[in-house]
Amino acid sequence: MSVALENTLRQYDYWATVYRRTWKGSLVTSFLMPLLYLAAMGIGLGSFVDDSATSADALGGVSYLQFLAPGLLAATAMQIGVFESTYPVMGGIKWHKTFFGMIATPLRPADVMLGQLGFIAFRIATTSVVFVGVIAAFGGLVSPLGLLSLPVAVLVGMALAAPVAAIATRLTTDAGFALIFRFGVIPMFLFSGAFFPVSQLPDEVEWLAYLSPLWHAVELSRDLSLGEVQALPALVNLAYLLLWFAVGTWAAIRGLTGRLIS
Amino acid sequence: MDEALIRARGLRKSYGAFEAVRGIDLAVRAGEAFGFLGPNGAGKSSTMRMIGAVSPVTAGELRVLGMDPATEGPAIRARLGVCPQDDTLDMELSVRENLTVYGRYFGLSRAECAERADELLAFVALTEKAKEKVEELSGGMKRRLTIARSLVSRPDLLLLDEPTTGLDPQARHLLWDKLFRLKQSGVTLVITTHYMDEAEQLCDRLVVMDNGVIVAEGSPAQLIRDHSTREVTELRFGPEVMSEDHDALAEKVTDLADRVEVLPDRLLLYTDDGEHAVAHVHERGLEPAAVLVRRSTLEDVFLKLTGRTLVD
Repeated sequence: MSVALENTLRQYDYWATVYRRTWKGSLVTSFLMPLLYLAAMGIGLGSFVDDSATSADALGGVSYLQFLAPGLLAATAMQIGVFESTYPVMGGIKWHKTFFGMIATPLRPADVMLGQLGFIAFRIATTSVVFVGVIAAFGGLVSPLGLLSLPVAVLVGMALAAPVAAIATRLTTDAGFALIFRFGVIPMFLFSGAFFPVSQLPDEVEWLAYLSPLWHAVELSRDLSLGEVQALPALVNLAYLLLWFAVGTWAAIRGLTGRLIS
Repeated sequence: MDEALIRARGLRKSYGAFEAVRGIDLAVRAGEAFGFLGPNGAGKSSTMRMIGAVSPVTAGELRVLGMDPATEGPAIRARLGVCPQDDTLDMELSVRENLTVYGRYFGLSRAECAERADELLAFVALTEKAKEKVEELSGGMKRRLTIARSLVSRPDLLLLDEPTTGLDPQARHLLWDKLFRLKQSGVTLVITTHYMDEAEQLCDRLVVMDNGVIVAEGSPAQLIRDHSTREVTELRFGPEVMSEDHDALAEKVTDLADRVEVLPDRLLLYTDDGEHAVAHVHERGLEPAAVLVRRSTLEDVFLKLTGRTLVD
Protein backbone atom coordinates (compact mmCIF):
# COMPACT_ATOMS: atom_id res chain seq x y z
CA MET A 1 0.00 0.00 0.00
CA SER A 2 2.80 2.42 0.85
CA VAL A 3 4.35 1.64 -2.54
CA ALA A 4 1.07 2.58 -4.24
CA LEU A 5 0.98 5.82 -2.28
CA GLU A 6 4.59 6.67 -3.07
CA ASN A 7 4.13 5.85 -6.76
CA THR A 8 0.94 7.90 -6.91
CA LEU A 9 2.71 10.86 -5.34
CA ARG A 10 5.48 10.56 -7.91
CA GLN A 11 2.88 11.70 -10.45
CA TYR A 12 2.18 14.91 -8.53
CA ASP A 13 4.48 17.05 -10.67
CA TYR A 14 2.88 15.66 -13.80
CA TRP A 15 -0.65 16.50 -12.77
CA ALA A 16 0.37 19.85 -11.29
CA THR A 17 1.96 20.76 -14.63
CA VAL A 18 -1.09 19.60 -16.54
CA TYR A 19 -3.33 21.62 -14.23
CA ARG A 20 -1.22 24.77 -14.63
CA ARG A 21 -1.62 24.36 -18.38
CA THR A 22 -5.33 23.68 -18.42
CA TRP A 23 -7.01 25.35 -15.45
CA LYS A 24 -7.97 28.44 -17.42
CA GLY A 25 -9.79 26.31 -19.95
CA SER A 26 -11.78 24.62 -17.20
CA LEU A 27 -12.80 27.91 -15.58
CA VAL A 28 -15.99 28.29 -17.59
CA THR A 29 -17.29 24.77 -17.12
CA SER A 30 -16.16 24.50 -13.52
CA PHE A 31 -17.15 27.82 -12.07
CA LEU A 32 -19.39 29.73 -14.40
CA MET A 33 -21.85 26.94 -15.19
CA PRO A 34 -22.81 26.25 -11.55
CA LEU A 35 -23.21 29.95 -11.01
CA LEU A 36 -25.56 30.25 -13.97
CA TYR A 37 -27.55 27.20 -12.86
CA LEU A 38 -27.94 28.57 -9.36
CA ALA A 39 -29.04 31.96 -10.64
CA ALA A 40 -31.46 30.61 -13.24
CA MET A 41 -32.97 27.73 -11.29
CA GLY A 42 -32.49 28.83 -7.71
CA ILE A 43 -33.46 32.44 -8.05
CA GLY A 44 -35.37 32.67 -11.34
CA LEU A 45 -37.39 29.48 -11.20
CA GLY A 46 -37.25 29.52 -7.41
CA SER A 47 -39.30 32.70 -7.16
CA PHE A 48 -42.19 30.92 -8.93
CA VAL A 49 -41.84 27.76 -6.85
CA ASP A 50 -41.74 29.62 -3.56
CA ASP A 51 -44.99 31.42 -4.44
CA SER A 52 -46.81 28.17 -5.10
CA ALA A 53 -49.12 26.99 -2.35
CA THR A 54 -48.16 23.30 -2.50
CA SER A 55 -44.40 23.80 -2.59
CA ALA A 56 -43.93 24.65 1.06
CA ASP A 57 -45.25 21.18 1.85
CA ALA A 58 -43.20 19.27 -0.71
CA LEU A 59 -39.95 21.15 0.00
CA GLY A 60 -40.33 20.90 3.76
CA GLY A 61 -40.59 24.56 4.48
CA VAL A 62 -37.37 25.88 2.97
CA SER A 63 -36.87 28.16 -0.04
CA TYR A 64 -36.34 26.52 -3.42
CA LEU A 65 -32.79 27.88 -3.54
CA GLN A 66 -32.00 26.22 -0.22
CA PHE A 67 -33.60 23.01 -1.45
CA LEU A 68 -31.84 23.08 -4.81
CA ALA A 69 -28.32 24.27 -3.98
CA PRO A 70 -26.92 21.22 -2.13
CA GLY A 71 -28.41 18.86 -4.72
CA LEU A 72 -27.08 20.91 -7.61
CA LEU A 73 -23.63 20.82 -6.01
CA ALA A 74 -23.73 17.03 -5.93
CA ALA A 75 -25.08 16.81 -9.48
CA THR A 76 -22.36 19.11 -10.83
CA ALA A 77 -19.68 17.10 -9.03
CA MET A 78 -21.09 13.95 -10.62
CA GLN A 79 -20.88 15.51 -14.10
CA ILE A 80 -17.27 16.61 -13.65
CA GLY A 81 -16.36 13.18 -12.33
CA VAL A 82 -17.87 11.43 -15.34
CA PHE A 83 -16.41 13.81 -17.89
CA GLU A 84 -12.89 13.71 -16.46
CA SER A 85 -12.82 9.92 -16.53
CA THR A 86 -13.95 9.47 -20.14
CA TYR A 87 -11.80 11.22 -22.75
CA PRO A 88 -8.73 11.74 -20.55
CA VAL A 89 -8.58 8.02 -19.71
CA MET A 90 -9.12 6.87 -23.28
CA GLY A 91 -6.58 9.45 -24.48
CA GLY A 92 -3.87 8.07 -22.24
CA ILE A 93 -4.43 4.61 -23.70
CA LYS A 94 -5.38 5.29 -27.27
CA TRP A 95 -4.53 8.77 -28.52
CA HIS A 96 -1.50 10.19 -26.73
CA LYS A 97 -0.54 6.79 -25.30
CA THR A 98 1.03 8.57 -22.35
CA PHE A 99 0.06 5.73 -20.01
CA PHE A 100 2.36 3.41 -21.95
CA GLY A 101 5.20 5.81 -21.30
CA MET A 102 4.30 5.94 -17.62
CA ILE A 103 4.37 2.18 -17.11
CA ALA A 104 7.81 1.91 -18.72
CA THR A 105 8.99 3.25 -15.35
CA PRO A 106 8.60 1.70 -11.89
CA LEU A 107 4.96 2.88 -11.97
CA ARG A 108 2.33 0.14 -12.32
CA PRO A 109 -1.03 0.46 -14.08
CA ALA A 110 -2.71 0.64 -10.66
CA ASP A 111 -0.52 3.60 -9.71
CA VAL A 112 -1.35 5.35 -12.98
CA MET A 113 -5.08 4.85 -12.40
CA LEU A 114 -4.85 6.08 -8.80
CA GLY A 115 -2.95 9.16 -9.99
CA GLN A 116 -5.63 9.85 -12.59
CA LEU A 117 -8.44 9.40 -10.05
CA GLY A 118 -6.57 11.58 -7.56
CA PHE A 119 -6.44 14.36 -10.12
CA ILE A 120 -10.17 13.98 -10.83
CA ALA A 121 -10.88 14.26 -7.09
CA PHE A 122 -8.82 17.44 -7.03
CA ARG A 123 -10.74 18.89 -9.97
CA ILE A 124 -14.07 18.11 -8.30
CA ALA A 125 -12.89 19.53 -4.98
CA THR A 126 -11.69 22.85 -6.39
CA THR A 127 -14.92 23.37 -8.32
CA SER A 128 -17.01 22.38 -5.31
CA VAL A 129 -15.23 24.80 -2.99
CA VAL A 130 -16.15 27.68 -5.27
CA PHE A 131 -19.66 26.30 -5.61
CA VAL A 132 -20.18 26.09 -1.85
CA GLY A 133 -18.88 29.65 -1.53
CA VAL A 134 -21.41 30.85 -4.09
CA ILE A 135 -24.23 28.95 -2.35
CA ALA A 136 -23.30 30.55 0.98
CA ALA A 137 -23.20 33.99 -0.64
CA PHE A 138 -26.72 33.47 -2.04
CA GLY A 139 -27.93 32.46 1.42
CA GLY A 140 -28.40 28.85 0.36
CA LEU A 141 -26.79 27.26 3.42
CA VAL A 142 -29.17 26.83 6.32
CA SER A 143 -26.83 24.95 8.67
CA PRO A 144 -23.03 25.16 9.09
CA LEU A 145 -23.10 21.38 8.62
CA GLY A 146 -23.70 22.26 4.98
CA LEU A 147 -19.95 22.69 4.62
CA LEU A 148 -19.79 18.90 4.85
CA SER A 149 -21.64 18.71 1.55
CA LEU A 150 -18.22 19.49 0.06
CA PRO A 151 -16.68 16.07 0.86
CA VAL A 152 -19.99 14.49 -0.17
CA ALA A 153 -19.66 16.18 -3.56
CA VAL A 154 -16.14 14.82 -3.98
CA LEU A 155 -17.36 11.38 -2.97
CA VAL A 156 -20.25 11.26 -5.45
CA GLY A 157 -17.99 12.58 -8.18
CA MET A 158 -15.57 9.75 -7.49
CA ALA A 159 -18.38 7.20 -7.08
CA LEU A 160 -19.17 7.87 -10.75
CA ALA A 161 -15.67 8.69 -12.01
CA ALA A 162 -14.23 5.33 -10.98
CA PRO A 163 -16.79 3.07 -12.72
CA VAL A 164 -16.83 5.33 -15.79
CA ALA A 165 -13.03 5.11 -15.91
CA ALA A 166 -13.47 1.33 -15.72
CA ILE A 167 -15.71 1.50 -18.78
CA ALA A 168 -13.33 3.89 -20.56
CA THR A 169 -10.45 1.43 -20.14
CA ARG A 170 -12.54 -1.24 -21.86
CA LEU A 171 -13.85 0.79 -24.80
CA THR A 172 -11.96 0.91 -28.07
CA THR A 173 -13.75 3.96 -29.50
CA ASP A 174 -15.23 7.06 -27.90
CA ALA A 175 -18.69 6.38 -29.36
CA GLY A 176 -19.68 4.72 -26.08
CA PHE A 177 -19.21 7.99 -24.18
CA ALA A 178 -22.16 9.56 -25.97
CA LEU A 179 -24.32 6.69 -24.66
CA ILE A 180 -23.02 7.21 -21.14
CA PHE A 181 -23.92 10.89 -21.27
CA ARG A 182 -27.29 10.46 -22.97
CA PHE A 183 -28.63 7.48 -21.08
CA GLY A 184 -26.67 7.77 -17.85
CA VAL A 185 -25.58 11.24 -16.90
CA ILE A 186 -28.44 13.36 -18.20
CA PRO A 187 -31.33 11.27 -16.77
CA MET A 188 -29.45 10.92 -13.48
CA PHE A 189 -28.78 14.65 -13.38
CA LEU A 190 -32.47 15.47 -13.92
CA PHE A 191 -34.22 12.74 -11.94
CA SER A 192 -32.12 12.12 -8.84
CA GLY A 193 -33.89 14.59 -6.64
CA ALA A 194 -31.68 17.60 -7.19
CA PHE A 195 -34.43 19.69 -8.82
CA PHE A 196 -37.53 18.17 -7.24
CA PRO A 197 -38.21 15.46 -4.65
CA VAL A 198 -38.20 11.99 -6.24
CA SER A 199 -41.53 11.30 -4.52
CA GLN A 200 -42.99 13.42 -7.34
CA LEU A 201 -41.90 10.76 -9.85
CA PRO A 202 -44.40 8.10 -11.01
CA ASP A 203 -44.23 5.15 -8.60
CA GLU A 204 -43.09 2.80 -11.39
CA VAL A 205 -39.82 4.68 -11.88
CA GLU A 206 -39.27 6.13 -8.41
CA TRP A 207 -37.21 3.08 -7.34
CA LEU A 208 -34.80 3.79 -10.19
CA ALA A 209 -33.88 7.03 -8.50
CA TYR A 210 -32.97 5.18 -5.31
CA LEU A 211 -30.50 3.05 -7.25
CA SER A 212 -28.74 6.12 -8.53
CA PRO A 213 -25.65 7.07 -6.51
CA LEU A 214 -26.50 10.69 -7.17
CA TRP A 215 -29.79 10.41 -5.27
CA HIS A 216 -27.90 9.23 -2.18
CA ALA A 217 -25.49 12.15 -2.48
CA VAL A 218 -28.31 14.65 -3.03
CA GLU A 219 -30.15 13.36 0.06
CA LEU A 220 -27.05 13.44 2.23
CA SER A 221 -25.89 16.81 0.94
CA ARG A 222 -29.32 18.35 1.41
CA ASP A 223 -29.81 16.89 4.90
CA LEU A 224 -26.45 18.32 5.92
CA SER A 225 -27.15 21.68 4.37
CA LEU A 226 -30.56 21.96 6.04
CA GLY A 227 -29.19 20.66 9.33
CA GLU A 228 -31.59 17.70 9.31
CA VAL A 229 -29.11 14.88 9.02
CA GLN A 230 -29.87 11.59 10.76
CA ALA A 231 -27.28 8.94 11.46
CA LEU A 232 -28.78 5.83 9.91
CA PRO A 233 -29.93 7.18 6.54
CA ALA A 234 -26.67 9.16 6.30
CA LEU A 235 -24.62 6.01 6.86
CA VAL A 236 -26.62 4.16 4.22
CA ASN A 237 -26.04 7.01 1.74
CA LEU A 238 -22.32 7.09 2.54
CA ALA A 239 -21.92 3.32 2.35
CA TYR A 240 -23.69 3.18 -1.01
CA LEU A 241 -21.45 5.88 -2.48
CA LEU A 242 -18.32 4.22 -1.08
CA LEU A 243 -19.40 0.92 -2.57
CA TRP A 244 -19.65 2.47 -6.05
CA PHE A 245 -16.28 4.11 -5.61
CA ALA A 246 -14.56 0.96 -4.32
CA VAL A 247 -15.97 -1.42 -6.93
CA GLY A 248 -15.38 1.17 -9.66
CA THR A 249 -11.75 1.69 -8.64
CA TRP A 250 -11.11 -2.03 -8.54
CA ALA A 251 -12.65 -2.46 -12.00
CA ALA A 252 -10.78 0.56 -13.38
CA ILE A 253 -7.43 -0.78 -12.19
CA ARG A 254 -8.18 -4.16 -13.69
CA GLY A 255 -9.31 -2.60 -16.95
CA LEU A 256 -6.24 -0.40 -17.28
CA THR A 257 -3.92 -3.28 -16.39
CA GLY A 258 -5.55 -5.35 -19.13
CA ARG A 259 -4.97 -2.63 -21.71
CA LEU A 260 -1.41 -1.73 -20.76
CA ILE A 261 0.02 -5.13 -19.82
CA SER A 262 -0.59 -7.65 -22.58
CA MET B 1 31.62 -13.77 -17.46
CA ASP B 2 28.19 -15.38 -17.37
CA GLU B 3 26.66 -12.15 -16.09
CA ALA B 4 24.12 -11.83 -18.89
CA LEU B 5 21.85 -8.77 -18.49
CA ILE B 6 19.14 -10.58 -20.38
CA ARG B 7 18.80 -14.34 -20.56
CA ALA B 8 15.94 -16.17 -22.25
CA ARG B 9 15.34 -19.89 -22.67
CA GLY B 10 12.48 -21.27 -24.72
CA LEU B 11 10.74 -17.90 -24.46
CA ARG B 12 7.24 -17.81 -25.91
CA LYS B 13 4.47 -15.25 -26.28
CA SER B 14 0.93 -15.93 -27.46
CA TYR B 15 -1.98 -13.57 -27.93
CA GLY B 16 -4.96 -15.89 -27.89
CA ALA B 17 -4.38 -18.46 -30.60
CA PHE B 18 -1.69 -16.36 -32.29
CA GLU B 19 1.91 -17.23 -31.37
CA ALA B 20 4.06 -14.13 -31.76
CA VAL B 21 7.22 -15.60 -30.22
CA ARG B 22 7.72 -19.34 -30.55
CA GLY B 23 10.57 -20.38 -28.32
CA ILE B 24 13.73 -18.28 -28.45
CA ASP B 25 17.00 -18.51 -26.54
CA LEU B 26 19.27 -15.54 -26.09
CA ALA B 27 21.82 -13.91 -23.83
CA VAL B 28 22.74 -10.24 -23.90
CA ARG B 29 25.99 -9.31 -22.16
CA ALA B 30 26.75 -6.09 -20.32
CA GLY B 31 28.16 -3.36 -22.54
CA GLU B 32 27.24 -4.82 -25.89
CA ALA B 33 24.86 -3.54 -28.53
CA PHE B 34 22.49 -6.33 -29.37
CA GLY B 35 20.10 -6.26 -32.29
CA PHE B 36 16.86 -7.96 -33.24
CA LEU B 37 16.57 -7.95 -37.00
CA GLY B 38 13.47 -9.18 -38.75
CA PRO B 39 10.52 -8.32 -40.96
CA ASN B 40 7.30 -6.88 -39.55
CA GLY B 41 5.48 -9.43 -37.42
CA ALA B 42 8.61 -11.46 -36.71
CA GLY B 43 8.10 -11.15 -32.95
CA LYS B 44 10.71 -8.46 -32.26
CA SER B 45 8.44 -6.00 -30.49
CA SER B 46 6.71 -8.74 -28.49
CA THR B 47 10.11 -9.88 -27.28
CA MET B 48 11.09 -6.32 -26.41
CA ARG B 49 7.90 -5.80 -24.41
CA MET B 50 8.55 -8.98 -22.42
CA ILE B 51 12.08 -7.80 -21.70
CA GLY B 52 10.64 -4.41 -20.72
CA ALA B 53 8.52 -6.18 -18.07
CA VAL B 54 5.23 -4.89 -19.49
CA SER B 55 4.10 -8.10 -21.16
CA PRO B 56 3.76 -11.39 -19.28
CA VAL B 57 5.79 -14.32 -20.57
CA THR B 58 3.53 -17.07 -21.94
CA ALA B 59 6.06 -19.88 -21.51
CA GLY B 60 9.78 -20.39 -21.07
CA GLU B 61 12.23 -18.55 -18.90
CA LEU B 62 13.27 -14.90 -18.89
CA ARG B 63 15.63 -13.07 -16.56
CA VAL B 64 16.32 -9.37 -16.97
CA LEU B 65 19.12 -7.84 -14.87
CA GLY B 66 19.03 -11.08 -12.90
CA MET B 67 15.36 -10.63 -11.99
CA ASP B 68 12.07 -12.23 -12.97
CA PRO B 69 9.83 -9.78 -14.89
CA ALA B 70 6.70 -11.52 -13.58
CA THR B 71 7.42 -10.71 -9.95
CA GLU B 72 9.98 -7.91 -10.03
CA GLY B 73 8.68 -5.75 -12.89
CA PRO B 74 8.95 -2.38 -11.14
CA ALA B 75 12.49 -3.14 -9.92
CA ILE B 76 13.54 -4.12 -13.45
CA ARG B 77 11.88 -1.10 -15.02
CA ALA B 78 13.64 1.16 -12.53
CA ARG B 79 16.94 0.25 -14.27
CA LEU B 80 15.68 0.21 -17.87
CA GLY B 81 15.37 2.95 -20.43
CA VAL B 82 12.68 2.30 -23.00
CA CYS B 83 12.33 4.01 -26.35
CA PRO B 84 9.09 2.58 -27.76
CA GLN B 85 8.19 2.22 -31.41
CA ASP B 86 5.46 4.88 -31.16
CA ASP B 87 6.34 8.08 -29.36
CA THR B 88 4.50 8.27 -26.06
CA LEU B 89 5.56 11.82 -25.28
CA ASP B 90 3.12 14.05 -23.47
CA MET B 91 1.80 16.62 -25.93
CA GLU B 92 0.46 18.84 -23.16
CA LEU B 93 3.89 19.35 -21.64
CA SER B 94 6.86 21.31 -22.91
CA VAL B 95 9.97 19.55 -24.21
CA ARG B 96 11.84 20.04 -20.94
CA GLU B 97 8.83 19.13 -18.77
CA ASN B 98 8.61 15.81 -20.58
CA LEU B 99 12.00 15.01 -19.08
CA THR B 100 11.58 16.45 -15.59
CA VAL B 101 8.14 14.91 -15.05
CA TYR B 102 9.39 11.53 -16.28
CA GLY B 103 12.36 11.57 -13.92
CA ARG B 104 9.94 11.96 -11.02
CA TYR B 105 8.32 8.62 -11.94
CA PHE B 106 11.66 7.01 -11.11
CA GLY B 107 11.69 8.71 -7.73
CA LEU B 108 14.40 11.24 -8.61
CA SER B 109 14.38 14.52 -6.70
CA ARG B 110 13.26 17.70 -8.48
CA ALA B 111 16.83 19.01 -8.44
CA GLU B 112 18.17 15.82 -10.04
CA CYS B 113 15.43 15.90 -12.65
CA ALA B 114 16.24 19.49 -13.55
CA GLU B 115 19.95 18.74 -13.83
CA ARG B 116 19.40 15.61 -15.91
CA ALA B 117 16.93 17.40 -18.17
CA ASP B 118 19.44 20.12 -19.04
CA GLU B 119 22.23 17.60 -19.64
CA LEU B 120 20.05 15.45 -21.86
CA LEU B 121 18.63 18.34 -23.85
CA ALA B 122 22.20 19.32 -24.65
CA PHE B 123 23.06 15.70 -25.48
CA VAL B 124 20.26 15.39 -28.05
CA ALA B 125 20.70 18.97 -29.27
CA LEU B 126 17.29 20.22 -28.18
CA THR B 127 18.35 22.87 -25.65
CA GLU B 128 16.91 25.63 -27.80
CA LYS B 129 13.56 23.87 -27.97
CA ALA B 130 13.32 23.35 -24.19
CA LYS B 131 10.27 25.55 -23.71
CA GLU B 132 8.39 24.55 -26.84
CA LYS B 133 5.42 22.25 -26.96
CA VAL B 134 6.16 18.72 -28.15
CA GLU B 135 3.60 19.11 -30.94
CA GLU B 136 5.80 21.69 -32.63
CA LEU B 137 8.78 19.33 -32.94
CA SER B 138 9.68 17.47 -36.15
CA GLY B 139 9.61 13.66 -36.22
CA GLY B 140 13.37 13.46 -35.73
CA MET B 141 13.27 15.85 -32.79
CA LYS B 142 10.50 13.81 -31.14
CA ARG B 143 12.59 10.65 -31.48
CA ARG B 144 15.57 12.42 -29.96
CA LEU B 145 13.40 13.63 -27.11
CA THR B 146 12.05 10.12 -26.58
CA ILE B 147 15.59 8.81 -26.38
CA ALA B 148 16.56 11.60 -23.99
CA ARG B 149 13.55 10.71 -21.85
CA SER B 150 14.53 7.05 -21.76
CA LEU B 151 17.94 8.11 -20.38
CA VAL B 152 16.65 10.33 -17.59
CA SER B 153 17.11 7.66 -14.92
CA ARG B 154 20.64 6.70 -16.09
CA PRO B 155 19.55 3.18 -17.12
CA ASP B 156 21.89 0.20 -17.23
CA LEU B 157 20.02 -1.20 -20.19
CA LEU B 158 18.43 0.76 -23.01
CA LEU B 159 15.68 -0.85 -25.12
CA LEU B 160 15.15 0.82 -28.50
CA ASP B 161 12.25 -0.45 -30.60
CA GLU B 162 12.80 0.71 -34.19
CA PRO B 163 14.48 3.92 -33.09
CA THR B 164 14.89 5.48 -36.55
CA THR B 165 11.82 4.28 -38.46
CA GLY B 166 10.31 7.15 -40.39
CA LEU B 167 13.26 9.52 -40.04
CA ASP B 168 15.16 11.26 -42.80
CA PRO B 169 18.83 10.30 -43.38
CA GLN B 170 20.20 13.32 -41.50
CA ALA B 171 18.10 12.56 -38.43
CA ARG B 172 19.07 8.87 -38.56
CA HIS B 173 22.78 9.61 -38.70
CA LEU B 174 22.50 12.05 -35.81
CA LEU B 175 20.68 9.41 -33.75
CA TRP B 176 23.23 6.73 -34.60
CA ASP B 177 25.94 9.08 -33.45
CA LYS B 178 24.15 9.58 -30.12
CA LEU B 179 23.57 5.86 -29.65
CA PHE B 180 27.20 5.11 -30.44
CA ARG B 181 28.30 7.57 -27.78
CA LEU B 182 25.97 5.95 -25.27
CA LYS B 183 27.41 2.56 -26.04
CA GLN B 184 30.91 3.93 -25.55
CA SER B 185 29.87 5.24 -22.15
CA GLY B 186 28.99 1.68 -21.13
CA VAL B 187 25.21 1.53 -21.64
CA THR B 188 24.00 -1.82 -22.94
CA LEU B 189 21.81 -1.34 -26.00
CA VAL B 190 19.10 -3.65 -27.29
CA ILE B 191 17.77 -2.50 -30.65
CA THR B 192 15.09 -3.80 -32.98
CA THR B 193 15.23 -2.70 -36.56
CA HIS B 194 14.46 -3.72 -40.07
CA TYR B 195 17.18 -1.47 -41.47
CA MET B 196 20.28 -3.45 -42.36
CA ASP B 197 22.57 -0.43 -42.35
CA GLU B 198 21.36 0.41 -38.86
CA ALA B 199 22.11 -3.10 -37.65
CA GLU B 200 25.56 -3.03 -39.28
CA GLN B 201 26.35 0.39 -37.85
CA LEU B 202 25.20 -0.17 -34.32
CA CYS B 203 25.13 -3.84 -33.38
CA ASP B 204 28.01 -5.93 -32.09
CA ARG B 205 25.84 -8.97 -32.27
CA LEU B 206 22.41 -9.66 -33.60
CA VAL B 207 19.78 -12.26 -34.12
CA VAL B 208 17.59 -12.52 -37.19
CA MET B 209 14.00 -13.33 -36.27
CA ASP B 210 11.35 -14.65 -38.60
CA ASN B 211 7.93 -15.99 -37.71
CA GLY B 212 8.62 -15.89 -33.99
CA VAL B 213 11.86 -17.86 -34.03
CA ILE B 214 15.54 -16.98 -34.27
CA VAL B 215 16.86 -18.09 -37.66
CA ALA B 216 20.45 -16.85 -37.32
CA GLU B 217 22.73 -15.32 -34.75
CA GLY B 218 26.16 -13.66 -34.76
CA SER B 219 28.07 -10.46 -35.49
CA PRO B 220 27.17 -8.74 -38.78
CA ALA B 221 30.42 -9.97 -40.38
CA GLN B 222 29.92 -13.48 -39.08
CA LEU B 223 26.37 -13.62 -40.39
CA ILE B 224 27.54 -12.58 -43.83
CA ARG B 225 30.26 -15.23 -43.71
CA ASP B 226 27.89 -17.93 -42.57
CA HIS B 227 24.89 -17.16 -44.72
CA SER B 228 26.17 -15.49 -47.84
CA THR B 229 29.19 -15.46 -50.12
CA ARG B 230 31.95 -12.88 -50.01
CA GLU B 231 30.74 -11.13 -53.14
CA VAL B 232 27.65 -10.74 -55.27
CA THR B 233 27.65 -10.18 -59.01
CA GLU B 234 24.55 -8.43 -60.27
CA LEU B 235 23.69 -8.85 -63.94
CA ARG B 236 21.12 -6.52 -65.47
CA PHE B 237 19.79 -7.17 -68.92
CA GLY B 238 18.30 -4.62 -71.24
CA PRO B 239 14.58 -4.03 -71.66
CA GLU B 240 14.51 -6.32 -74.75
CA VAL B 241 15.15 -9.30 -72.48
CA MET B 242 11.86 -10.29 -70.95
CA SER B 243 11.90 -11.31 -67.34
CA GLU B 244 10.63 -14.78 -68.33
CA ASP B 245 13.91 -15.26 -70.18
CA HIS B 246 15.82 -14.73 -66.95
CA ASP B 247 15.28 -18.33 -65.93
CA ALA B 248 16.89 -19.52 -69.14
CA LEU B 249 19.80 -17.13 -68.64
CA ALA B 250 20.20 -18.30 -65.07
CA GLU B 251 20.54 -21.89 -66.31
CA LYS B 252 23.64 -20.89 -68.27
CA VAL B 253 25.47 -19.41 -65.30
CA THR B 254 24.27 -21.63 -62.49
CA ASP B 255 27.65 -23.37 -62.11
CA LEU B 256 29.48 -20.02 -61.82
CA ALA B 257 28.12 -19.22 -58.39
CA ASP B 258 27.21 -20.89 -55.12
CA ARG B 259 23.70 -19.65 -55.66
CA VAL B 260 21.89 -17.73 -58.37
CA GLU B 261 18.84 -15.67 -57.57
CA VAL B 262 16.46 -14.60 -60.31
CA LEU B 263 14.73 -11.25 -59.86
CA PRO B 264 12.40 -9.52 -62.33
CA ASP B 265 15.06 -7.00 -63.31
CA ARG B 266 18.34 -8.80 -62.67
CA LEU B 267 20.25 -11.97 -61.78
CA LEU B 268 22.23 -12.19 -58.54
CA LEU B 269 25.26 -14.50 -58.55
CA TYR B 270 26.47 -15.27 -55.05
CA THR B 271 30.15 -16.11 -55.32
CA ASP B 272 33.43 -15.58 -53.52
CA ASP B 273 35.04 -14.14 -56.64
CA GLY B 274 32.73 -11.78 -58.47
CA GLU B 275 35.14 -10.75 -61.21
CA HIS B 276 35.83 -14.37 -62.06
CA ALA B 277 32.12 -14.89 -62.56
CA VAL B 278 31.89 -11.78 -64.74
CA ALA B 279 34.66 -13.09 -67.04
CA HIS B 280 32.87 -16.40 -67.52
CA VAL B 281 29.51 -14.73 -68.10
CA HIS B 282 31.00 -12.92 -71.08
CA GLU B 283 32.76 -16.09 -72.32
CA ARG B 284 29.41 -17.83 -72.45
CA GLY B 285 28.04 -15.22 -74.78
CA LEU B 286 25.72 -13.49 -72.31
CA GLU B 287 25.49 -9.76 -72.86
CA PRO B 288 24.20 -8.06 -69.75
CA ALA B 289 23.51 -4.33 -70.13
CA ALA B 290 25.08 -3.62 -66.75
CA VAL B 291 27.32 -5.57 -64.40
CA LEU B 292 27.99 -4.79 -60.77
CA VAL B 293 30.32 -6.68 -58.45
CA ARG B 294 29.80 -5.83 -54.80
CA ARG B 295 30.44 -7.22 -51.35
CA SER B 296 27.71 -9.21 -49.68
CA THR B 297 25.71 -7.20 -47.19
CA LEU B 298 23.53 -8.00 -44.25
CA GLU B 299 20.59 -7.34 -46.54
CA ASP B 300 21.57 -10.37 -48.66
CA VAL B 301 21.66 -12.47 -45.51
CA PHE B 302 18.37 -11.08 -44.35
CA LEU B 303 16.55 -11.70 -47.61
CA LYS B 304 18.00 -15.19 -47.88
CA LEU B 305 16.86 -16.07 -44.38
CA THR B 306 13.48 -14.37 -44.30
CA GLY B 307 12.53 -14.51 -47.96
CA ARG B 308 11.46 -11.82 -50.39
CA THR B 309 7.76 -12.31 -49.89
CA LEU B 310 6.00 -9.34 -48.38
CA VAL B 311 4.76 -9.95 -44.84
CA ASP B 312 1.98 -7.81 -43.49
